[in-house]
Amino acid sequence: MSDNGTPHGEVVGQDSDAYGATAVRLDQGHIEGTGGLPERFENPGLPAHVARMADHDEKAAKRAEKQVATLFGLSSLFTIVFVVAFFAIDRESTAFIPGIGRTSLYNVVIGVCMAIALLGVGVGAVHWAKTLMPDEESVEYRHTQRASDEDRRRVVSELTQGGTKAQLGRRPLIKYSLLGALALPPITLIVPLAAGLGPVPKDALSKTMWKKGDRLVRDPERTPIRADQVTIGSVFHVLPESIKDSQHVLEDKAKAAVLLMRLNPEDIKPQKERDWGHEGIVAYSKICTHVGCPVGLYEQQTHHLLCPCHQSTFDVTQDCKVIFGPAKRPLPQLKITVDSEGYLVADSPFREAVGPSFWERGHA
Amino acid sequence: MNALAARRRHPAAIALLLLLGLVVTGVAYSFLSPRQADAAPAAASQIQDGKKLFLANCATCHGLQAQGTKAGPTLAGVGAASVDFQVGTGRMPLAKPDVQAPQKKAQFSDEEIAALAAYVASLAPGPAVPDADASSGKGGDVAKGAELFRVNCAMCHNFAGSGGALTRGKYAPSLRNVEGKHIYEAMVTGPQSMPVFNDTNIDPKSKNDIVAYLHAVDTQENVGGMNLGNLGPVSEGLFVWVFGLGIMVAFAVWLGKKAA
Amino acid sequence: MSTTETSRGADRLRADDATTEAPPAAGLKAVGGVAGWLDDRTGAAKPIGYLMKKVFPDHWSFMLGEVAMYSMIICLISGTFLTFWFVPSAGQVVYDGSYLPLRGVTMSEAYRSTVDISFDIRGGLLIRQIHHWAALMFIVALSVHMLRVFFTGAFRKPREINWVIGCILSMLALVEGFAGYSLPDDLLSGTGLRAAEGFMRSVPVVGSYLSYFVFDGPFPGEAIIPRLYSVHVLLLPAILVGLFVAHIGLVFVHKHTQFPGPGKTNDNVVGFPVMPVYAAKAGGFFFIVFGVLALIAALVTINPIWAYGPYDPSPVTAGSQPDWYMGFADGALRLLPGWLEFNAFGFTFSFNVMIGAILLIPVMYGLMAVYPFLERWVTGDEREHHLLDRPRNNPTRTGLGMAGLTAYGVLMFAAGNDIMAIKLGLSINDITHILRAAFFVAPPIAFWVTKRICLSLQRRDRDLVLHGRETGRIVRTADGRFFEQHEPLDEYTRWLLVQHDKHEPLQLTSGVDEHGVVSPTARKEKVRGALSRFYFEDSINPVTPAELAAAHHDGHALEAIEEAPHEESGSRPALESARREPPKRP
Repeated sequence: MSDNGTPHGEVVGQDSDAYGATAVRLDQGHIEGTGGLPERFENPGLPAHVARMADHDEKAAKRAEKQVATLFGLSSLFTIVFVVAFFAIDRESTAFIPGIGRTSLYNVVIGVCMAIALLGVGVGAVHWAKTLMPDEESVEYRHTQRASDEDRRRVVSELTQGGTKAQLGRRPLIKYSLLGALALPPITLIVPLAAGLGPVPKDALSKTMWKKGDRLVRDPERTPIRADQVTIGSVFHVLPESIKDSQHVLEDKAKAAVLLMRLNPEDIKPQKERDWGHEGIVAYSKICTHVGCPVGLYEQQTHHLLCPCHQSTFDVTQDCKVIFGPAKRPLPQLKITVDSEGYLVADSPFREAVGPSFWERGHA
Repeated sequence: MNALAARRRHPAAIALLLLLGLVVTGVAYSFLSPRQADAAPAAASQIQDGKKLFLANCATCHGLQAQGTKAGPTLAGVGAASVDFQVGTGRMPLAKPDVQAPQKKAQFSDEEIAALAAYVASLAPGPAVPDADASSGKGGDVAKGAELFRVNCAMCHNFAGSGGALTRGKYAPSLRNVEGKHIYEAMVTGPQSMPVFNDTNIDPKSKNDIVAYLHAVDTQENVGGMNLGNLGPVSEGLFVWVFGLGIMVAFAVWLGKKAA
Repeated sequence: MSTTETSRGADRLRADDATTEAPPAAGLKAVGGVAGWLDDRTGAAKPIGYLMKKVFPDHWSFMLGEVAMYSMIICLISGTFLTFWFVPSAGQVVYDGSYLPLRGVTMSEAYRSTVDISFDIRGGLLIRQIHHWAALMFIVALSVHMLRVFFTGAFRKPREINWVIGCILSMLALVEGFAGYSLPDDLLSGTGLRAAEGFMRSVPVVGSYLSYFVFDGPFPGEAIIPRLYSVHVLLLPAILVGLFVAHIGLVFVHKHTQFPGPGKTNDNVVGFPVMPVYAAKAGGFFFIVFGVLALIAALVTINPIWAYGPYDPSPVTAGSQPDWYMGFADGALRLLPGWLEFNAFGFTFSFNVMIGAILLIPVMYGLMAVYPFLERWVTGDEREHHLLDRPRNNPTRTGLGMAGLTAYGVLMFAAGNDIMAIKLGLSINDITHILRAAFFVAPPIAFWVTKRICLSLQRRDRDLVLHGRETGRIVRTADGRFFEQHEPLDEYTRWLLVQHDKHEPLQLTSGVDEHGVVSPTARKEKVRGALSRFYFEDSINPVTPAELAAAHHDGHALEAIEEAPHEESGSRPALESARREPPKRP
């Protein structure tokens, strides 16, 4: 590595004390000077080896031997204890362990036995290596990764000769059809996989199972709800009654889950929200418009709905518009009314797609 | 003629005699009059005791007739259950204005709480303190309670009732080691941010099931070992970074060091 | 074992240094028994003999990759056990096992089988917990290993390929972990799958098709659990094992890097041979890692799926987070604001979701994978590097690494904002706003602070070399002056502080040749020059012997450099005369 003495410091000023030279700041340095000293320090080589106790003291070595043997022995012992405990301890037994509380005794005992069995071997082996195995450092030499020029030339010539022997150059038809022959056959594997992939959504993402006249029922009891059972400040987790006939319960629930709340009608600002509700009882989709978690946290006093996943917050007094967090669209409202017996029913299906946005959603 | 007799025509003598007569009659009456025995509506004296306690401790924020002020809402209609919950868990009296009333050591004895509850209940009809057996969790269906808890409660209080965050610094508190009746009362009264889960939403037996589930979690929450607060992957990640990695690095350092 | 031709000062190793050699007898004598039988049929004695003599350096930070590797192997072992009892089916069943709070509850077979493993299979809970803790440990160790490799510059030639393989391994490990913890179909991981479906929807044009293809229809469907199972048990383990064998193989081919020190050069490896020392240490360390994981699994619960309950799209738990290694993506989703979603031309562009959920991981890993090539282009350094950099000796790289780590950390902490809120008594809204700002503000600050710290550490090193160690002994001279004695460093300690490379920005041509024609790569070269200056303009270079000699001459803050008039003769009259005088200051 050649280097010319490019001083990388500032010349600060003349100093008559110095030996006729200019004084230079050396906090950045790398000035080799012209005094004939080597440009860099030399590697001093490996420091002298320091012996361990076990290297020269047989008693210390014997002690180390005993320690290693004890560790190995401990490991074997605890393997046996593990096997005994595995069968002997009642699977359902619990015990109070300080620091943990009441826990499964079985799990703790077999786990700790296994841990000691393993640690005994590991610590023993490492201790053996540290105390008794040779600890003089060895040196292995590296070579450049690059293959020798001769090797490279040989490979290149083999390849070109191979091409010549295969008459690639002389047979242009083969050359042109080769590309297709190599690239296209994997398609026979890809096409079945891709074509077999699931149904096309069509408009399924925009529809839920709610229909006009569907009663609102409690989740999970599946009992219908009368309007007078909903008091101000309460929240009901609701499903459509027709879920009982569903063949795909979870899939329908994932779009049809609804939250029912009752507010003082004066607190509700948009007229549409009041109209789509019933005397202050409003129903909104529970599926967050961000990425689809259920928005369950209803703050009774602030009338805010909070989603626990990414903290999108919706204001129920403003048609569930987003007031904080990463969601963009407000929660869709379900238009409800009461039937002849006083039970709450949906008055129409959802007028827009529920849940997270998707490309085709647009304004729908 | 003694000194008293000599003053019998003093003008104050009549007033003094009247006063003496009143005192004697009053004392005799208080000792001899029949005791009033009413149970369901609290004894008038209990309501009076409650009112006294209320005026001394609560009226500043809730108003002299509990009508509410800017600092505290009206208590008309909140019922005995609210008082039993709020005062019994120490949330009330509020130590300082804050986004939320934190749970702390209850400041009043059980009798005092009962008196306050009686007074507030007398203001207007409201939810009553639940029956002890029906809210202790005894005989409740733990599995059913768990299912109901997950649908109605876990989103705020966390799957094991370890508590969760609400907006703007409010929170749903931990439900660890909470008395059954307080859990029941909280559901019925909907304190602060918590919605109201009246008996037409979650019926009393279901409420008991939920209490049974929470008490089961109290006794069983450490099945696999230390539960790290039952807060989910965040605490597990913290544990593995601090202790897991720490122990591994400690072993690695030991492994590389020269022996003595 | 061939040596290099170039001779460097460092070849002056101990002349009597004993290099390890197999005892001659072993190679000639026939090895008996099974080993002999195998060698007769495979000729394995030669490569095994070669491998046994390989030397590995000893530093604790080199064990991090081993921790990761062993944790992965432990996952494979414990995972195999789990596959005997886990049922990867979404079919609905009613629970009838020994865990009372779930009796009579309807759940998927996957969930039911996981609860059975936890409560009704002997040792099942222990193995499940070992498996999950080992998975977390795997990703922790590989992340710290990656940081170690980055900050010490071990990704430089010839190890760029290994770095890229490592980045791919890291990314696949994240996916493997996500697939794994989603298999039990519990409430928490199911909520995560729900969010994943939302992520897929946010992909423009094909989002809804992607969601329907992956889930085989509407969410949740019955296909996702079995599909995740084949990804988690078959596809990704195969790819991970294959890549990691290539990763380890390259370490053997390149030989391990080593920290600089006396006796260590760019052309050797100083350490201990595989047989017997490393076999014992590395083999023992496997048992240690396994034992520690078993201990943690015995004493600390992880992923208590019985308490979460089976997945249902209606309930959700407070504190819904993915496992820690997905935290940065979850945090990004919490911080990205809603106004990034908009409608245009009748279509919805959900950048608020797409940036965090779809783009973040490939961009992050892409930047990491490309870094060695970028650094090589900027520094113009085409040499092989087998000696590690002390992080302080490359302040810009270290600063960039810290900036990246800070950005990552902001995102990761954002994922725990609700837990932080309840534990520290804060508001989630405030935390979100602060972290949104911090994502942009904190990394440059971290860069600047780190770089300054590195530079001052380097200056301190120079100071230590030039002036020696402060001994704390005060000496009073005859004429009444006081000064502190400094002890010069011995050559072994000094070597570590002076061995690093001198760094300089690239000197590039002006881009215009003598006829005034602008070179086609002129603009690229200008960028390169600017970046090179950004990297190295502040560099502090190692002390040279001349500077040390000059420093010995006076104790003033200003040092003097001798300009000897007799350069050709190589004599150093002025310096030597100065040395012969009794020093005015030690």
